[in-house]
Amino acid sequence: MPRLIIDGQEIEVPKGITVLQACEMLGAEIPRFCFHERLSIAGNCRMCLVEQVGLSKLQPSCALSVDDLRPGNDGSPVKIRTNSRKVREARQGVMQFLLINHPLDCPICDQGGECDLQDQAMAYGVEKSRFHENKRAVEDRDIGPLVKTIMTRCIHCTRCIRFMTEVAGVAELGAIGRGEDMEIVTYLEQGMTSELQGNVIDLCPVGALTSRPYAFKARPWELSRTESIDVMDAVGSNIRVDTRGREVMRVLPRLNEGVNEEWISDKTRFSWDGLRLQRLDRPYIRKDGKLFSASWQDAFAAIACCAERTFANRIGAIAGDMASAEEMFAFKDLMVRLGVKSIDCRQDGTSLHPDLGRSTYLFNPTIEGIRHADSLLLIGTNPRLEASILNTRIRKRFLEGGFPIAVAGGVPDSSADLTYDYKYLGSNASLLEDIASGSHEFCCVLEASSHPMIMVGQGALRRPDGRALLVLAAQIAQRFGALSASWNGFSVLHTAASRVAGLDLGLVPYEGGHDVPSMVNAARKGALDLLFLLSADELDMSSLGAAFVVYIGSHGDAGASRADVILPGAAYTEKSGIYVNTEGRVQLAHRAIFPPGEAREDWSILRALSTVLGQTLPYDCLESLQEAMYASAPHLSEFDQIRSESARQVEALAALPVSELDSAPLGSAISDFYLSNPIARASAVMADLSFREKSRREAAGQSDA
Amino acid sequence: MKIVQSVNALFLKEFIFSFFLALRYFFSPKKTINYPFEKGHLSPRFRGEHALLRYPNGEERCIACKLCEAVCPAQAITIEAGPRCDDGTRRTLRYDIDMVKCIYCGFCQEACPVDAIVEGPNFEFAVETREELYYNKEKLLSNGDKWGDAISRNIALDSSYR
Repeated sequence: MPRLIIDGQEIEVPKGITVLQACEMLGAEIPRFCFHERLSIAGNCRMCLVEQVGLSKLQPSCALSVDDLRPGNDGSPVKIRTNSRKVREARQGVMQFLLINHPLDCPICDQGGECDLQDQAMAYGVEKSRFHENKRAVEDRDIGPLVKTIMTRCIHCTRCIRFMTEVAGVAELGAIGRGEDMEIVTYLEQGMTSELQGNVIDLCPVGALTSRPYAFKARPWELSRTESIDVMDAVGSNIRVDTRGREVMRVLPRLNEGVNEEWISDKTRFSWDGLRLQRLDRPYIRKDGKLFSASWQDAFAAIACCAERTFANRIGAIAGDMASAEEMFAFKDLMVRLGVKSIDCRQDGTSLHPDLGRSTYLFNPTIEGIRHADSLLLIGTNPRLEASILNTRIRKRFLEGGFPIAVAGGVPDSSADLTYDYKYLGSNASLLEDIASGSHEFCCVLEASSHPMIMVGQGALRRPDGRALLVLAAQIAQRFGALSASWNGFSVLHTAASRVAGLDLGLVPYEGGHDVPSMVNAARKGALDLLFLLSADELDMSSLGAAFVVYIGSHGDAGASRADVILPGAAYTEKSGIYVNTEGRVQLAHRAIFPPGEAREDWSILRALSTVLGQTLPYDCLESLQEAMYASAPHLSEFDQIRSESARQVEALAALPVSELDSAPLGSAISDFYLSNPIARASAVMADLSFREKSRREAAGQSDA
Repeated sequence: MKIVQSVNALFLKEFIFSFFLALRYFFSPKKTINYPFEKGHLSPRFRGEHALLRYPNGEERCIACKLCEAVCPAQAITIEAGPRCDDGTRRTLRYDIDMVKCIYCGFCQEACPVDAIVEGPNFEFAVETREELYYNKEKLLSNGDKWGDAISRNIALDSSYR
């Protein structure tokens, strides 16, 4: 391990890191603009200059590897000075050069208050300008509805270009011109299309790239920050919800190496305007086909009236995709007390079941563990749409090389861009039988790899033959050594934030109860009279027949427009709750604001409803509800942890018989990335993005598959 | 001593002296003024009622940077910002000052990078209801139009000391 003396302190550092990182390990502050831990090294801002004793010129510490430092003739470690007079003067000089062309428009700049350049100019700059010539002005580019450009402010750090090319995997940004004339552009004047483009806003150290929906709305110093968990997909990205008063002003990522690193998808970042629109802020009762606003008492009375004259076997309960663990637990508890057997959290009809064991429905290798895999088979999933953040991990692994990827269904054909190269095997489910029996050509790739990963998505599992496909995936995993003691490569990619917690808590039909498809069927035939929907909107509401539908949720979406009684609930920013992501990681989200109007947190609605229905739930506060939940599912109290599960369960699953396969092509669970849940559907920004995506596809002459 | 006292008393010395004192004040210039028909001198730095100024072409100066809101020690200023409908520039959608909360410290005008919010020479804005003292953007801009000349004169007078 290389040894260095930084500012008089000797330190031993790991091989391969940069001098900048070594200095930071000692706590020395090195200013920088272009350097970013997760991007390649550019070395073009020159702000991180340090002095290497013995060399006449200063060195850019971000581009200088500790491996390249040559020790002195007597073997003494290299001496680095980060705060000598020479270094300070150089920083001042660099700062003056950077500010030559940077406009003094901090008062109207959205980055003001959280700007790297502003902060560093305060710390390392000189107070007066010596520049009296004309400043450069650059025309702004329209690069889409999310990222606003004020290109005069750009200091050419190229972080945005590097992010789009390396992490997002779509080379949509580039630089033209040199020196002062350099400009960041989208080639051919087109807008950005990536689903991760919002991250360049965070990366931009100045105000050149800012958020367009958030433009001029608030200043960083007037926002309160709350740590929360994203529910737009099942990855459970760690987010920070910034609020002012009673409104969410923006959503930013939080650092979590195990989940989202420091990226979030655009749906997570920009769907906050959906939290204000289409909200249910008071209870409603349907009379003569029309919804009328009502008091809580009347709404509860209407439900009690219906529940009293309905047998428990004619009641159904469905939990939706964005429910927290607490409310699903209370939901199940209430239904069990009512004697209801038809309880289900698998809104899309997926064939996963907790009885098969926890590891049969988890993303067992974990998101961080993708880097250990050495081959990947995707079955009925398009991870770019279903879990964009997880897709960046696959791309990261792909870029390291030696990672053959095969795709079975999920995308319509081999032209789909998943941001990495893959072999398209087809979309017919029967090819899985070929792989499982060892007769497919991809088998030799799987056989040659020591850590194969089999990723199966909801596009496959929600089909009527989903169970057979799940078993086939398990058989493939078992056959090619993905189920060893040290490596479990069987991974289920969920699309709903609530699903794993729902399965953990056992929200599946009891003996003799209906699952979701048969509940819908029964309702249509008149065999189900009362249906409780806990923010479940993805059902075919037109085929619920004459059933009395009670909808508990936050947005006026499909469920609310079909409902006979609406109980207004809280969206994910308005309640504290536990979410379990696709890898089984338990995460706690905190409440950022209060629900609007008369809306309440969902668990308290269920608690109040239970009293009206004569089956009072034994908890009066969230803490006691959590206590009760931990008693029934102890692993939910282990925050930020993944309880590892035995691969035996997957082996047992592989031993199950495979039924006849459907001939329909394997699709993806998500057809429109931007409109996959009620909050996103209420968002104007998401609607705009969806429309643009659709027109792009039509322009490209592709069918709307 | 008794003799001196007796002489003073005999010739009413103190009585006459005080009479002349009164006469002197009677003929000297008056210290009071006949307010509101007469007004006293105000320093150009006087911090009175707030106003939002405009540029000579009529464009409002305020760019919604929110520095005045941030610096206000009494938290009397409330701003909501956003892009203006017609040209997308950064403007205030709402600019409220609670004149009841305001302590007239002048920090807002010191913080303002574009000299938009200023405290003018007007101190005669007493009203009958509390609500009238919640100034909105319209009121502040009309104050600027009304007092703009006087304010710019004051700024010019004070500029040599800055």
